[in-house]
Amino acid sequence: MLKPVNQKAWWLVLPVIICVAFSAILPLMTVVNYSVQDIISPERRVFVGTEWFVSVLRDEDLHAAMLRQLAYSFAVLAIEVPLGIALALAMPADGWRASATLVLVALSLLIPWNVVGTIWQIFGRSDIGLLGAALLAIGLDYSYTGNSTHAWLTVLAMDVWHWTPLVALLCYAGLRAIPEAFYQAARIDGASRLAVFRYIQLPKLRGVLMIAVLLRFMDSFMIYTEPFVLTGGGPGNATTFLSQYLTQKAVGQFDLGPAAAFSLIYFLIILLFCFVLYNWMQRVGTASAPATGDRGSA
Amino acid sequence: MARIQLDIAHSYRANPQQEADYALLPLRQTFEDGGAYALLGPSGCGKTTMLNIISGLVNPSQGTVRFDERDVTQLAPQQRNIAQVFQFPVVYDTMTVAQNLAFPLRNRGMNEAGVRARVSVIAEMLDLSGQLDQRAAGLSADQKQKISLGRGLVREDVGAVLFDEPLTVIDPHLKWQLRRKLKEIHRELRLTLIYVTHDQVEALTFADSVLVMARGRVVQSGSPSDLFERPAHRFVGHFIGSPGMNFVPIQLLKSTSGARVQGGAAVATIVPSQTMTLGIRPEYLRLGPIDEPGVLRARISRIQDLGSSWLLSARVDSQPAGGEECLLRVRLERSSAVPAEDEVVGLRILGPHTCFYDAQDQRIAPDQEGAARC
Amino acid sequence: MKIGVRCKPHDSIAMQLRLEQVSRQEGAEVHLYPFNLLLEPGSLTVLLGATQAGKTSMLRVLAGLDVPSKGSIWVDGRDVTGMAVRLRDVAMVYQQFINYPSMTVAQNIASPLKLSGRLEATAIDRRVREIAQRLQIEPFLNRLPAALSGGQQQRVALARALAKSASLMLLDEPLVNLDYKLREELRDEFATLFSGGGSTVVYATTEPAEALLLGGYTAVIDAGELLQYGPTADVFHQPKSIRVARAFSDPPINLIPAEALTDGVGLGRDYVLNLRIPLDRLPAGGRGLMLGIRAGALDLLAQPLKSGVLAVPAKVALAEVSGSDTYIHLETPLGNLVVQRTGVHPFDLGDSVTVGIDPAEVYLFDAHGDLVFAPERAARRAALTRRTH
Repeated sequence: MLKPVNQKAWWLVLPVIICVAFSAILPLMTVVNYSVQDIISPERRVFVGTEWFVSVLRDEDLHAAMLRQLAYSFAVLAIEVPLGIALALAMPADGWRASATLVLVALSLLIPWNVVGTIWQIFGRSDIGLLGAALLAIGLDYSYTGNSTHAWLTVLAMDVWHWTPLVALLCYAGLRAIPEAFYQAARIDGASRLAVFRYIQLPKLRGVLMIAVLLRFMDSFMIYTEPFVLTGGGPGNATTFLSQYLTQKAVGQFDLGPAAAFSLIYFLIILLFCFVLYNWMQRVGTASAPATGDRGSA
Repeated sequence: MARIQLDIAHSYRANPQQEADYALLPLRQTFEDGGAYALLGPSGCGKTTMLNIISGLVNPSQGTVRFDERDVTQLAPQQRNIAQVFQFPVVYDTMTVAQNLAFPLRNRGMNEAGVRARVSVIAEMLDLSGQLDQRAAGLSADQKQKISLGRGLVREDVGAVLFDEPLTVIDPHLKWQLRRKLKEIHRELRLTLIYVTHDQVEALTFADSVLVMARGRVVQSGSPSDLFERPAHRFVGHFIGSPGMNFVPIQLLKSTSGARVQGGAAVATIVPSQTMTLGIRPEYLRLGPIDEPGVLRARISRIQDLGSSWLLSARVDSQPAGGEECLLRVRLERSSAVPAEDEVVGLRILGPHTCFYDAQDQRIAPDQEGAARC
Repeated sequence: MKIGVRCKPHDSIAMQLRLEQVSRQEGAEVHLYPFNLLLEPGSLTVLLGATQAGKTSMLRVLAGLDVPSKGSIWVDGRDVTGMAVRLRDVAMVYQQFINYPSMTVAQNIASPLKLSGRLEATAIDRRVREIAQRLQIEPFLNRLPAALSGGQQQRVALARALAKSASLMLLDEPLVNLDYKLREELRDEFATLFSGGGSTVVYATTEPAEALLLGGYTAVIDAGELLQYGPTADVFHQPKSIRVARAFSDPPINLIPAEALTDGVGLGRDYVLNLRIPLDRLPAGGRGLMLGIRAGALDLLAQPLKSGVLAVPAKVALAEVSGSDTYIHLETPLGNLVVQRTGVHPFDLGDSVTVGIDPAEVYLFDAHGDLVFAPERAARRAALTRRTH
């Protein structure tokens, strides 16, 4: 039996393979290499096996950074997901207003991340920042550089401002996909606005929300630029999240071994979470697929 | 129970100028209380628009809608006491079957005991009693459609149930079970039922009275046998029946009150008019001896064995007015003798089931004399 | 509409297609059980089967889109198993009206002609107009497919397939997404479009009526198995098994458990049909048989019986009117039966009637479901239809 597959296609993929190998796979292998060695100096390296992994997992500072990171990620999800849904529900469905609103909403997604950090850094300053000055004028003693709680709130506010539109846009697309007949049936059934949301919109948004939660969790778990630019991890280490801790260790202290070990663990945590969430999404997706035949209407 | 009267026109445009701008041309229609009606027509004829105007999902741009003499034109659907079943099943996925059926009642504030009783009555009627505690999301398409229907029937004050091509996604062998269920429900509850479809089988099975629509107007309304035997318009003759009616252009020979009309070699006496068309259904077209009055000469172009009958296609030999070739179809009983392909035969086009249509495609009612001479 | 005239930019010779022991399996799932098929050049074959029976799988294998797990495919004597579909001369029309959305109708139809590179621009233009005229879409040549109705879009897809003048043309339920009447009209046009004999045509459908209307040959598929292949009238009048009879009947063929007795065929406990069959022709001594009779062969009796017709009392469960016919569903002591009658006959639910079973119209199947007895008339009718086609 002849093979119908055309082997020439591999030549087309080759450049991509080389790029990915160069920029991702080889560096990853290097990290794995570092994680099992003690690099005392560029010339002297000693193989230490799993020693770094063990010491990293026992590191107190790391645990603290991990807890901070988890708290941050969950706070982000708890605020952004409901807010995003609410925003999507409020956006107009069609006409020129819809296009205008979409553009306005998407603006904050377009800003480079370090610029976002800088914007909020200035925004929060008591002397020249609008927010800082306003809060001072009301009488609140606001200082994101001095007060840990204020720093946390500012970082959260910045993330919400930056990323809620992503959740909103995803939910908006999900809402548009709901057939009009459902709303019509609900009207005929006399359902209240809340009932419509609870029984029609929310179930139908399930797939889209899973994507939104996945993306937001992944991104917030890896967050680096914005908090670094805004607070630098301070005051103290109040806003030092996991990625920053890692960078400090690797670049700052040149502890390549433990840093490499931890970055592998970091990578595996995210991978595990994505895997679990993705499978959950798949199951939900097939369970709620509509039972239509192959007959449509002209 | 509701008697629905429509006196409306509808256009989706702001300033309709000509007929083509209207989705529904001005019409007056009454749906009697407890009747089963079907709106039948091709895509774009306005049947769904009419249904949505009755249910209140669309406000007519002109005119009024009355339920039992009450003007409901400005009322929202939930205030009109109607129920609607859509093309694809609309069920609340997160709820069980029982909760789905109870939803409209709970929204209207009925007490729990009453809700439970009513739900079990309706579930019994629809053969859903066994699935009451199952999640609606996991059921098959026809069961979901039954739930949609049940949500409409569960309200005791519902006056009319409207169906928008509800069997579209149902498998063919389940379609007839659902059709039967609808007929039984109609018998039991005596609600006004209005059914929109483009499928004549569904329309003619379901309804006591069928409204055939085309391009925004009701072309004819009547019982299934009326539409079959006496189509009032060429379109109805063409649309109802599989295959539809045969049409032969005929020419007026002399224009007096007892004019003789010639179509090919056939002659007949009919009330005078200008260009006319003769219509006869394939089921009533018979073979006859050539050269007899009322018989057309034709050559068989195709013979198809349909199992339960034969379908012959024949081309008329002699050309009447207007040189276009005329293709006629004949349906013969399975046990009849069938001519061979290319054979020249006589087709008896004049008979008790023949209809005549004028230049506007309206049916000409034959006077007594004309009927006797045929 | 003109029939039968076809001008081709080049001579395409309809292909003879032979499949030997072809089967298709994906993991543990068998899509197609091993089958043999021989399609004569220029013939029209209807692939008849329920949804999910394997029609699309078979079409894909015929086209070369899927490679058979076992077996070989021969085109005009050459082995093409595994040859890429681009190299085979195939055109396909799908049930979802598939056209290039960003090209106009004229460009859509011209696309296979341009790809073949054999014609120059003016000739392509002329051919596009000719095909568009045949399919009555000439007024739309400069429009985009999205601006057309469903029926018109499907005609464009059809025109594109015809323009290719491929030697094998495959149609996968092309009319199922259209209005009832539109389906009828297009079906009539199919019958004349394909009578030229320039392509070998395979048409997949779930409706037995379409198979009967299109004529040609019919291949009945059920659950991945090719059950029977032959001239349509033969397959219809002499189904090899109950499965074929079921698949090729609309309304469904009436089946009644039966037993061959010395004085006739026994139905249920109380009825005997006046039909004598030599018991030695039957396995298992004539027990466990199934009697099959089509809905059109049953009749509702109002007057005294014709000789030999068995009368059975019945109650009307539903009368379905399909415009030209009425299907009456009955509850009888022998089970639920369906009767077909021409014309519109209103019946009320619960009416009492009498149904007549004519022994000259009866099929008998054995316990395995294979045909053991077919009506004589059926054989003669099948021969008559073959002669006239």
